[in-house]
Amino acid sequence: MVAANTTQPLSITLRVWRQADARQPGKFVEYQAKDLSPNMSFLEMLDVVNDQLTGKGEDPIAFAHDCREGICGTCSCTINGKPHGPGKGVATCQIYMRAFRDGDVVTVEPFRAAAFPVVKDLITDRSAFDKIQSAGGFITVRAGSAPEANGMPVPKPDADLAMDAATCIGCGACVAACKNASAMLFVAAKVSHLGLMPQGQAERDRRVLAMVGTMDELGFGNCTNYYECSAACPKLISHDFIARMNRDFLTASFRTSFKPESAGASGGAA
Amino acid sequence: MATLESKTPSGPLADKWRKHKADIKLVNPANKRKYEVIVVGAGLAGASAASSLADLGYKVKCFVFHDSPRRAHSIAAQGGINAAKNYQNDGDSVYRLFYDTIKGGDYRSREANVHRLAEVSVNIIDQCVAQGVPFAREYGGLLANRSFGGAQVSRTFYARGQTGQQLLLGAYSALMRTAGAGTVDLRTQKEMLDLVVVDGQAKGVIVRDLVTGALERHAADAVVLATGGYGNVFNLSTYARGSNATAIWRAYKRGACFANPCYTQIHPTCIPVSGDYQSKLTLMSESLRNDGRIWVPKKKEDRLKDPSTIADADRDYFLERMYPAFGNLCPRDIASRAAKRVCDEGRGVGPSGLGVYLDFSDAISRLGANGVRERYGNLFDIYHEITAESAYEQPMRIFPAVHYTMGGLWVDYNLMSNIPGLFVLGEANFSDHGANRLGASALMQGLADGYFVIPYTIGDYLATQKPGSRPSADGAQFKAAEEAIRTMTKRFVDNQGREPVSHFHKRLGKLMWEFCGMARTKAGLETALQKIPELREEFWANVRVPGSAETLNQSLEQAGRVADFLELGELMCRDALTREESCGGHFREEHQHPDGECKRNDDGFGHVAAWEYRGEGQTPQRNVEALNYEFVKMSVRNYK
Repeated sequence: MVAANTTQPLSITLRVWRQADARQPGKFVEYQAKDLSPNMSFLEMLDVVNDQLTGKGEDPIAFAHDCREGICGTCSCTINGKPHGPGKGVATCQIYMRAFRDGDVVTVEPFRAAAFPVVKDLITDRSAFDKIQSAGGFITVRAGSAPEANGMPVPKPDADLAMDAATCIGCGACVAACKNASAMLFVAAKVSHLGLMPQGQAERDRRVLAMVGTMDELGFGNCTNYYECSAACPKLISHDFIARMNRDFLTASFRTSFKPESAGASGGAA
Repeated sequence: MATLESKTPSGPLADKWRKHKADIKLVNPANKRKYEVIVVGAGLAGASAASSLADLGYKVKCFVFHDSPRRAHSIAAQGGINAAKNYQNDGDSVYRLFYDTIKGGDYRSREANVHRLAEVSVNIIDQCVAQGVPFAREYGGLLANRSFGGAQVSRTFYARGQTGQQLLLGAYSALMRTAGAGTVDLRTQKEMLDLVVVDGQAKGVIVRDLVTGALERHAADAVVLATGGYGNVFNLSTYARGSNATAIWRAYKRGACFANPCYTQIHPTCIPVSGDYQSKLTLMSESLRNDGRIWVPKKKEDRLKDPSTIADADRDYFLERMYPAFGNLCPRDIASRAAKRVCDEGRGVGPSGLGVYLDFSDAISRLGANGVRERYGNLFDIYHEITAESAYEQPMRIFPAVHYTMGGLWVDYNLMSNIPGLFVLGEANFSDHGANRLGASALMQGLADGYFVIPYTIGDYLATQKPGSRPSADGAQFKAAEEAIRTMTKRFVDNQGREPVSHFHKRLGKLMWEFCGMARTKAGLETALQKIPELREEFWANVRVPGSAETLNQSLEQAGRVADFLELGELMCRDALTREESCGGHFREEHQHPDGECKRNDDGFGHVAAWEYRGEGQTPQRNVEALNYEFVKMSVRNYK
């Protein structure tokens, strides 16, 4: 049962980052959120505050959200300095008011990173992640050309580890948590997921080089091994995958440096 | 009046699709690049369609209202995807999957469509594995399966409790590959607000840039809508908050028929409502019913007792009692209604009395807590986050919630609506699930439509269109459509109302849940048909949309979607009122067998009802497509 002490309503003071758009400066604005049920989610609390602001004719707080069950990766608030707030292994939408105490002052701001410019209030532009995916986060296979699924056994430990990496929801908390605003956990998760599967071998070198190269171009920093990324990750993806990606990157760099390219690679249709 | 020609091919059931593929028109490779196709939505159906059409050589433009296609709500599907691989050697076959799906849909879907779905199910698994989807595997490295409701074989492929996520990321990876290659022009944060019809054919869309507020006109040779279902008409549902009906509803108002709008799926295992502020109901996957046992106390007075103190003899495992053959794994509509019935009897558990137990204690003694954790760990974690309770130590409390809509825009066998050039895929169409969808079949249908149906069938239409004949986006119809949207937007932001959009959405949701939810009556539906237009009038008079239309404005986005729900809700009630029978998810209390099961009326209603818009304030036209069952006999569904 829900513990008895969590049924008492609570009131908090919110300090929220308000910024009209990317070009204008932002600032913190205070709001009172009163008589909240501890079983209300953090985003539902923002809904209530927004309805009150709307009633007064003020602009509601813009915040990103969609599935509200921790899987779509849309929500992205930094709460009291922590990306996704005070929980472990959860996204912003999975924070409940029972995590706060009556009278708390709660600071809410967007994920901060040069590669994630603010769009409005708590919403940032994370399209850089899509660009990294386009660079190589895939296995090329046209619909219709796939071989029989059980034709290629995948050892269970490999499949399980690949799944651990593949659970990334692309929220960007790893970037926001990193003092270098590095995207290495995000990239490492995709590189490792596909690199662990036999299907992913044909493009393994090309993938890691292209994804890491694009990540660097887009202004993300590098990893200096503080592992804040894993601690903030709503799916608790391990920083071990970064080591795996670094190894893959190094191997791929050597292999492509010394491997002659076929003259036919640039065409050759009769 | 619209003509509804299903274009179902003739011949033996198992040969129809093969024959059709051989008969339909082709577009030659050099011509494909001359055609432009707009795909709206990038969930399983949209992303798979966009990338597959681009790989074929068509020029594809894909619009998504999310900030990334990876956010589409397909991502939240938990349990799995069905396919007739028969890897378990337990007697599965394409025919069995077809039969289970037809029966599960309570004999209200098209035989030929469902058989095609079962046929291509096996290709979907091949495709997804080749893309690197990390499905669960056995120690020998081969794919694992589990069981799902409505089937007596194990044919469900899964990736822990995140199958939708992994399948969507597979389709997303294909979409991003084609976007990177420049063959798909991907436009995120653009919401479709109207369909443009030129000379009776779908030739473009009007979209709003959700960041700048700018309206844009886009022309194409064909338009594909893959924009998902409309369950958020109920406000509280397992859908994402952003899921909406706007694209299909506006297409309806441009002439596309809306089929079976009253067929909604209420999922039996969701976390119960806890308060008025609630924005969302969270699903607990059907896969839990493989190992969890559903019960309520036999005696009313036990309903607030600590469940561990209630002896086994005092528990009513009501699904096992009522449906011994399928037990806890009976289909969703049946399980939901059974849960409602025991709660109506006053035996529901939890503070609201609207809940039943889903108990894992037997499974934990059989498999150990770790065995259960390996299968369902993430679901138990979600449950704990929301309720602060551990399902390892006490039973979950669950209650039915709106989860899926089987109705949608009417399409023919080619997935084309009655507006030529307008194709509708995935949950947005009505095609494959009849009056009730079986678990693990939504993912199957989305990917079947996108990877293996539309790549063939769109050619049959495009081949009739002269290359280069697509109209200019500066044409009169485009400008008029854009202007109408501008007027609507202005009306919202200029309105000096007092209530936020959510106020009206919540009230609509309550009306829909009460009168058009798990059990419907003539009197209730008539009440709803009176109250919804009143609410709609109040909405337009009293809604408040702060801010401007020339910027990111979430209230404005929501206002447009709720305006559409306020119209769609009425059509759903009208459809439910007209359908004088009970079938699948549509339960009319007047039409039931003595044991409370659905009583269908095959002679009167063995058909698809496809509603046609006839203008504001006019009663829509109810068109009918007869369902001709050539291969299966419509019979009483029996899961006992």
